[in-house]
Amino acid sequence: VEWFDDAALTLAVFLPLLGAVAVAVLPRERDGLVRGAALTFSGLALLVGVGMLARFDYGAGAAMQFEVSRSWIPSIGAGYHVGVDGIALPLLVLSLLLSTLCVVYSWRILPEPRNPKAFLALLLLLETGMNGTFVALDLVLFFVFWETVLIPMYFMIAVWGGPRRDYASIKFILYTLIGSVIMLLGFLAIWLRSSPDAAGRTFDILALQEMGAAARFGGTFGTIVFAAVALGFAVKVPVWPLHTWLPDAHTEAPTVGSVLLAGILLKMGTYGFVRIALPVLPDAAREWAPVIGVLGAIAIIYGSLCCLAQRDVKRLIAYSSVGHMGFVMLGIATLTPLGINAAVFGMVAHGVVTGMLFFLAGSMHERYHTRDIVELGGGMATLMPRLAGVFTLACIASLGLPGLAGFWGEILALLAAWNPAAGLSVPLFRTLAAVGLLGTLLTAGYFLWLLQRVNLGRVPDRWSGKPLGDVAPIEVAAWSPLIVLIVALGFAPGLILWLTSPSVTGWFTDLFA
Amino acid sequence: VAIDFHAILPELVLAGTALLVLVVDLFVERAKVVASWLSIAGTLVAGVALATLVGAGTRVSFGGSFVVDNYALLFKGLFLGSLLLVLLMSQRYINAGTAYQGEFYFLVLSSFVGMLLMPSSRDLLMLFLSLEIVSATGFIVAGFRKGDARGNEGALKFLLIGVLSTAVMLFGMSLVYGFTGSLQLGPIAERLAQLGDEPAAVMSVFLVVTGFAFKVSAAPFHFWAPDTYEGSPVPVAAYLSVASKAAGFAGLLQVTFVAFPSYARYWAPAFAVLAAFTMLLGNVIALAQTNMVRLLAYSSVAQAGYMLVPFAVGSSADPAVREEAFQAVLVYLLIYAFTNLGAFAVVTLVSQRQPSNLIADYAGLARRSPALGVAMTAFLFSLAGIPPAAGWYAKFVIFKSAINGDSLTLQLLVVFMAVMTVVALFYYAGVARSLWLGTPPEGAPEPAPQPVSPALGTAIALSAAGVLVLGVLPNLLVQYAPVSTLVAGP
Repeated sequence: VEWFDDAALTLAVFLPLLGAVAVAVLPRERDGLVRGAALTFSGLALLVGVGMLARFDYGAGAAMQFEVSRSWIPSIGAGYHVGVDGIALPLLVLSLLLSTLCVVYSWRILPEPRNPKAFLALLLLLETGMNGTFVALDLVLFFVFWETVLIPMYFMIAVWGGPRRDYASIKFILYTLIGSVIMLLGFLAIWLRSSPDAAGRTFDILALQEMGAAARFGGTFGTIVFAAVALGFAVKVPVWPLHTWLPDAHTEAPTVGSVLLAGILLKMGTYGFVRIALPVLPDAAREWAPVIGVLGAIAIIYGSLCCLAQRDVKRLIAYSSVGHMGFVMLGIATLTPLGINAAVFGMVAHGVVTGMLFFLAGSMHERYHTRDIVELGGGMATLMPRLAGVFTLACIASLGLPGLAGFWGEILALLAAWNPAAGLSVPLFRTLAAVGLLGTLLTAGYFLWLLQRVNLGRVPDRWSGKPLGDVAPIEVAAWSPLIVLIVALGFAPGLILWLTSPSVTGWFTDLFA
Repeated sequence: VAIDFHAILPELVLAGTALLVLVVDLFVERAKVVASWLSIAGTLVAGVALATLVGAGTRVSFGGSFVVDNYALLFKGLFLGSLLLVLLMSQRYINAGTAYQGEFYFLVLSSFVGMLLMPSSRDLLMLFLSLEIVSATGFIVAGFRKGDARGNEGALKFLLIGVLSTAVMLFGMSLVYGFTGSLQLGPIAERLAQLGDEPAAVMSVFLVVTGFAFKVSAAPFHFWAPDTYEGSPVPVAAYLSVASKAAGFAGLLQVTFVAFPSYARYWAPAFAVLAAFTMLLGNVIALAQTNMVRLLAYSSVAQAGYMLVPFAVGSSADPAVREEAFQAVLVYLLIYAFTNLGAFAVVTLVSQRQPSNLIADYAGLARRSPALGVAMTAFLFSLAGIPPAAGWYAKFVIFKSAINGDSLTLQLLVVFMAVMTVVALFYYAGVARSLWLGTPPEGAPEPAPQPVSPALGTAIALSAAGVLVLGVLPNLLVQYAPVSTLVAGP
């Protein structure tokens, strides 16, 4: 059906926005109606995503599909240009899925001060920003969607967050904004150099990628602009040493906020590298690749060491994200098709697995009213066997056990680092691969230690006899798709790689060969 | 020479309304609110008169001193829109506070007549006269709260500094006239280009520019603004921070880009310094404010700093780049006007019950009145420049125009502005946070929801709709900026 191909992306991006408006105007007293509207709109958007998976031409994954290009702000030459290829589609679907699951999860579980109406309106606005970022093919459009996530996430943390929410929320928004305004300046510099005469200048990402492949943005200009653009992305990822907002934001955010922050928002940064920074500025990317690789490797080790020192379950998972995103950055830094495939796979896997872990941390807090590992004291396997089982599954998926989702992103990134793109220092990247390998050991160490301290052992006296209900039906509904994905992606990594490979090969094979 | 009455119709309508209001008010004993409705009606009629001039081509009258072109029309539209919002805001505020309603509306309308004249003025005398009409009436309305010591102080400061800046400007204009033998902007530009680097001529250009810098409250000429805004009735603060500032920018654009382009290599770097200093001062001092009006005052100083950035592009050799810089100021003014008037409309509303205007009074406002909270949050984030509120586009065009200039000074200036936007977000987000989360002081009961009068509600709704719609579809309004340029090729 042709109208679907034209309208699909617009629907996927703006249905949640419509939902946000609907939720905002519905009366607060009609609680069921408010929640129903939120679920309907995010669910419809997810259906559109499923429809796109069905209609996607997998043979032509390298090309943009469902592409729409309309005039938007002609006075500055910015267009409403959207489209997805095999790299963007999995991330878009992940965003649609996680957002819907978050709406489902919020049905029952919502921290003080409740107010589902405001919470769901913000969540849907956030979803529009996230979806839009993954489909935008115009730098201005990309920037607008990128910034749109700031306000809802700020309020989610500031209103529904933990005790230090003031500090965490303002740190999050200021950190991200400084990165993104510098990024915007980089975009404008690219625009300025895209053509010597004013009429030929463009913000169109596809056109800029062609110019980038033709080495339009080389030399010192490219090096500086890459740094500016990469800074914006790197804050979002976050790359060590720009990560310090992340543990605070994750720890204080409400469960759903953490899930979306870890599951989607971080990927916006790495996606920016893959979609914009690398293809548009390939020469500069080659110059900066060793730096990115080293920072990625540091993040792997640093994240793991921090995890070993945490007592708060949620903070531990937050630091584990720093480490996992380090693998993604290492994959990107190799500039090889294999590395970028690994990165995209790592993004999706991390979104699923860490999203799941944050759901679990939230549900544990909901029951124990503490997330302190020492206070939890062990014995969860006895107290709540099913919750403990899911927790075990998510943890070992996150530590990269073969057969589960977390494995492939890491192993492929390490393999790619063993043979980086031509022109990159082989000894350096092999060292980084070795460091990354050490990181996987540390990761296994802290996750197993976490499981030992939380799941195993005798039930402490303070919890025995307390009515701590096991997994609730609403949690089953919100989590089962993620559990299925964790196992499915582990056994059949091709589900993602099949989608990404043609695109990655199409974009990156010649670029860095 | 026959007078082109059609060209000055909007000004005539507004001036007539001002007089009518004054007379009618004399004969009305009780229902003083009729003055407000008369003013609103007059504004709408002036808007219709303005609309008849759109698309009718450029009209030149009074020997070239008064020109109605797209540039003038855009500004006049901006002023009439602002006037409408200010009048809607004033209705309840002035009603409650004073018996001198006729006089108040007369003064406000007269001030706006000066503003309407400003963008059409194409010689130094007309510029001076229109600026004085704006200012002289402004001095009086700023001191409208006669019993209030702060009102008196603010108005007096405004008067003294206004007169000083006028004197400086007038002195500069007389020197410019001495050097060029003309008062009209076009001929001045030609003669100055022939004159070359005459130091005294450069100085006189700077004197004129300084006079306008006072009007737009650029640092270090800003220090009257916070005190005056705080002492004035809130709707007057709104109009000083938006319309009067826009009038200053209209004049500044005309003198710099039209009359003094040949000296751009002198004034453009000066504007770079002025912009940087204004942004720094406005934003850093705003961080420490506890009073809402003072916060908005310093924020509007900072906003003037952003708007001064494109002036630093004025020395570019490429006319297209200069033209884009010129448009960037226009676009910024348009979006800023909507946003800041909206914010002041909310302040007006809150000050009806809590005249102290402390930021603490806003704690939890959004919980009591969610719609009001959403609107105020949109205004704050628009001032901060975060999508989907319209302010992002204003900042975007400023960044773009400065990057376009392609010089190291401009690049540094742009990076500085980027950092300043982040500083600004700190205080805007702080207020937004307090709106939703703040709790009333210890022991105080949670106040009842804020009552909203229809006039104020309309003003807030109009601005909020403008801010949100323009944020998503900026082209709806700003597509008119490019047709309204005055910048000619060299």
